[in-house]
Amino acid sequence: MGPIDLGVDAGECVCIQGASGSGKTLLLRAVADLDPHHGEVWLGAQACSRVPAPLWRRSVALVVAESQWWSERVADHFAQGVHAAWLEELGLPAAAIDWEVSRCSTGERQRLALLRTLMQGPDALLLDEPTGNLDQESTQRVETLLGDYRRQRRAALLWVSHDAGQIERVAGRSFVMRDGKLVEGEPG
Amino acid sequence: MNVIVLSPFDLAAAALLILCLAGLSLRMRLGVELQLLTSAARSTVQLFLIGLVLKVLFDNAHPLWVALLAGVMIAVAGREVMVRQKRRFIGWWGFGVGTLSMFVSSFTVTIMALLLVIGTTPWYAPQYAIPLLGMILGNTMNGISLGLDRLTQDATQKRPIIETRLALGQSWQRAISDSRREAIRVGLIPIINAMSAAGIVSLPGMMTGQILAGTPPVEAVKYQILVMFLIAGGTGFGTVVAVSFAARRLFDERQRLRLDRLSASRN
Repeated sequence: MGPIDLGVDAGECVCIQGASGSGKTLLLRAVADLDPHHGEVWLGAQACSRVPAPLWRRSVALVVAESQWWSERVADHFAQGVHAAWLEELGLPAAAIDWEVSRCSTGERQRLALLRTLMQGPDALLLDEPTGNLDQESTQRVETLLGDYRRQRRAALLWVSHDAGQIERVAGRSFVMRDGKLVEGEPG
Repeated sequence: MNVIVLSPFDLAAAALLILCLAGLSLRMRLGVELQLLTSAARSTVQLFLIGLVLKVLFDNAHPLWVALLAGVMIAVAGREVMVRQKRRFIGWWGFGVGTLSMFVSSFTVTIMALLLVIGTTPWYAPQYAIPLLGMILGNTMNGISLGLDRLTQDATQKRPIIETRLALGQSWQRAISDSRREAIRVGLIPIINAMSAAGIVSLPGMMTGQILAGTPPVEAVKYQILVMFLIAGGTGFGTVVAVSFAARRLFDERQRLRLDRLSASRN
């Protein structure tokens, strides 16, 4: 992957699109410090390499397309509980927290996984196709919640999406990833 | 004690069984006849050789010789643990993880048994030290290789889950905790099963050997119980140490899951 120089302001949403295998996921993983890399990532004045890894990943949080669960109950994955208002905003009942993971649909899991990360209050979100498994209505709900979160917390969003319409709706700036390099592109 | 001395003819009669089995394998096209014959030949040669080595060692019980043989035993066991892994650590870690943990657990348990329980003089008396170490090592080797194999395979399969947990800000210890617990449990199952079945389903080999060689059953049983506890201790602590070391090695200093430290899966 070529050297990538990218800044995302607080409260800004930057979208990345590109063909499969162009390196979008790799970029997000490097920013979350999940893969060895030669670069440096800054959150404000803090360099990633100087922050303990778990702390870094709580403030620069990656949400992957396929949500993963390691315990039977949804609640086991929410150490800090969950805001009922957020559940409602995503079209989930308040009782969803008590569900068994195996009974949730793929779309329900994806929305719950997003909430699981938001509950940690990250300053930056790395979103890898966060609406990939969702229908139109749920997609809209997720976009709205993420927009609210971004504005209220002044959070920086780096959003990988394949959906041109979505990019037009949510992105301040957008880029195309080609052969491991970022090329600036018009939103949409 | 009256030992009935076995003649070469007696052993040859038992070897007939192996030949028959090989014949059957050929007939049924199981394809294991060659392996069967070579492993039988190997065990014959290896056991006679160790018999000779032990005879010499028992006649000159110098601690250096005992230590040398113990060192060879542990190195071979370490290699065995390594080759049994489907996905092993690249480089020295592949050999080191198992060998070091076996060294820690087997040696500690054997020396403890010699000094505190059996109380031989000198404490390194090879008649006791070598067979004890051999039995503990053999079982510890099994536990450790099962545990390590499960850990590395589990981590490979559950990579998305482990990385999600890391991405949520969990420490590597928490992210791998389920796999680690499962690996240790798997390593301990054989010895737990062996202890539960001992005496009812199976008469353990060591005890059977002693009884055949003329030891009164109750004495043989006492030794068997001692050996089983030692084996359980050695296996348990060895597996915990090995799996914990290996789990640590699966992550780097930035707490990233580093499956590239494992070799590609074989067969």
